[in-house]
Amino acid sequence: MSEAIVSEEVGVSEAGANTRMNMIQAINSAMEVMMARDPSVIVMGEDVGYFGGVFRATAGLQAKFGKTRVFDTPITECGIIGVAIGMGAYGLRPVPEIQFADYIYPALDQLVSEAARLRYRSAGQFTAPLTVRSPFGGGIFGGQTHSQSPEGIFTHVSGVKTVIPSTPYDAKGLLIASIEDNDPVIFFEPKRIYNGPFDGHWDRPSKNWSGHAGGEVPEGYYRIELGKAAIVRPGEAVTILAYGTMVHVVQSTVEDMGVDAEIIDLRTLVPLDIETIEASVKKTGRCMVVHEATRTSGFGSELVSLVQERCFYHLEAPVERVTGFDTPYPHSLEWAYFPGPVRIGQALKKLLKD
Amino acid sequence: MTVDARPNLPPLSLHVPEPKFRPGDTVDFAAVEVPPAGAQPRPDTAADPASFHELAYTLVRVLDDAGQAVGPWNPRLTPDTLRQMLRDMALVRAFDERMFRAQRQGKTSFYMKCLGEEAVAVSATHALSRDDMCFPSYRQQGILIARGYALERMMNQIYSNTADELHGKQLPIMYSSREDGFFSISGNLTTQYPQAVGWAMASAAKGDTRIAATWCGEGSTAEGDFHSALTFATVYKAPVIFNIVNNQWAISSFSGFAGAEATTFAARAIGYGIAGLRVDGNDALAVYAATSWAAERARTNQGPTLIEHFTYRAEGHSTSDDPTQYRSAGEPTAWPLGDPVARLKDHLIAIGEWDEERHAAQDRELAELVKVAQKNAEKNGILGHGLHQPLDSLFDGVFEEMPWHLKEQRQQMLDEETASGRPWARKK
Repeated sequence: MSEAIVSEEVGVSEAGANTRMNMIQAINSAMEVMMARDPSVIVMGEDVGYFGGVFRATAGLQAKFGKTRVFDTPITECGIIGVAIGMGAYGLRPVPEIQFADYIYPALDQLVSEAARLRYRSAGQFTAPLTVRSPFGGGIFGGQTHSQSPEGIFTHVSGVKTVIPSTPYDAKGLLIASIEDNDPVIFFEPKRIYNGPFDGHWDRPSKNWSGHAGGEVPEGYYRIELGKAAIVRPGEAVTILAYGTMVHVVQSTVEDMGVDAEIIDLRTLVPLDIETIEASVKKTGRCMVVHEATRTSGFGSELVSLVQERCFYHLEAPVERVTGFDTPYPHSLEWAYFPGPVRIGQALKKLLKD
Repeated sequence: MTVDARPNLPPLSLHVPEPKFRPGDTVDFAAVEVPPAGAQPRPDTAADPASFHELAYTLVRVLDDAGQAVGPWNPRLTPDTLRQMLRDMALVRAFDERMFRAQRQGKTSFYMKCLGEEAVAVSATHALSRDDMCFPSYRQQGILIARGYALERMMNQIYSNTADELHGKQLPIMYSSREDGFFSISGNLTTQYPQAVGWAMASAAKGDTRIAATWCGEGSTAEGDFHSALTFATVYKAPVIFNIVNNQWAISSFSGFAGAEATTFAARAIGYGIAGLRVDGNDALAVYAATSWAAERARTNQGPTLIEHFTYRAEGHSTSDDPTQYRSAGEPTAWPLGDPVARLKDHLIAIGEWDEERHAAQDRELAELVKVAQKNAEKNGILGHGLHQPLDSLFDGVFEEMPWHLKEQRQQMLDEETASGRPWARKK
């Protein structure tokens, strides 16, 4: 269904043979590879130990690396992140899991005031090399406490990086780069596409990753540099900026409509790959930004600002913004909230009408 | 509104705590229970915390009214150690006095004294090993001083001057010294508690021998971080010492707003199955003894200890508040547990190892020491004389490597400087 990912920088030597993985398996593989390479990497979180996580992302890690490197935690997200910061100060490289992004708020003070600020306030004496993994986004009938997309809260904070993959291949490469990064990284995993890409049509049969180029994942070590977007579909008519689940929804919608869109998967929101965005918008002259998160003060607003600041005289139409609505994430009306093919399609028509 | 729905019951009433004394009130601390020194049992460090719950409700005390060290908690320190502790505490006091005045003189923006609480940090530091890791709150300057950190370096930080090792990025007194086992102080309360637990867990996981200690005030035990930390610590038996500095006041809120009307702060330990001690925080020997007992528990895998140091904040919260606006001016002098410096001095005199003349001479010597350090620090600049950090350092340390958007913003700032016609220093 898709073009191969065209902009990659992969260290192939240690990557090893490819194998089919879904996103959970790829994330698991990233942690396994990093734990084997670096004894300072530890994994912690609610249910991540013996059980292997509610989404199975840490399955088998405790059996392989032992209970002092992979362990369950009390149900206190503030404690999980605070403890991870202390472990980082000791010299470990913790990979805490927050079971759902919706549960991350009790940890906000530790993330915003502590992890994000530690390097700055101590003039580099202490750092917080954490990678906080957390499943985010909806489309799984999770209701308002298992569906949110709070990335915009973190992109607003100085001192944290925010990473969101859209394929198993990217998930592994980006997670390895995040774990190796010496600054705190929020790694949001789009759980709607853990098992397969999603075209936005909730009433069609779900797909798995076996038919997708991004489901081919090297078994060994490789990294995808943070701050580098991927052009997942080159095109001339319009630039569409998306990340996570929405990359696939956009891709399917564009193909159904026969629009020659250039789709950019941002992959890292902070630091953002502004060069790729700018070059594309200057080429196409039209731009649409898409995210599942609520609209007001969402990351889309930042993207729209950047595009108009840098590409205004190349634009042939106002930048379109397609998002979730400013409501709590609903349960039964999930698909009315979700920015699916209809909402994307209408915005595209508006953008292309002149 | 259904007023008569339950006519057999009185209406509900909301209890809002109120301190005993407000400005103008005569202070009488007779209700503060002070058990005799030496009367509290000292359990074996391997004892089950459930076997000594009473120690969370009493006060572990060593120094009696005659200045003698008595009872099972007497740490039996050498006179040299006692004199060093006295000197460190007196130095903290002299340092505070001078820096408080420096703030009043407009030389810096902010200062916080620890008058009356010197023993809590100094004695504990003497009882810890030099390489144990401290996660302090903002009133434990005594840790750095007891570890021999140069006064001038502290002052450089307070002045945010050219020699400030934190490059002017932190509020005065929010020190950090990795090499001295002193974690970067946060202004957000009790965040350091779970961090200390994490450090201690890492030390245990790596088979290290070092332990962690952390401090917070009684007011901030109400923060969720406090309870998260105690839960983590008890679950993993983390080698950590939790210190609650119960100095009675959180800015203008008395300890009743943290729950002190209902129970002690040491009793928080009991619900978590953690060893809990309530200690006379103005008794330097009791603080030392409790800390070394807790350190031995931690180092032998017996897990965490929570110590409430019952003390009194003899000055305002910081240079930004006037305590006479919210509490009786008579409180500091009426406080029944006295002055920790005077009590340790009296003990050394009582055992024939010190005298008033030597003490007065030491005070003069320490005042001079602080004065010289201040002169040297002020050669590197004071905050009141402008900004000492290179302009282009503003963006350093947000990330390990500066991303494009910060580079752009840095350029904007430099352009603003050019436009202003008032050039600032640049990085060399």
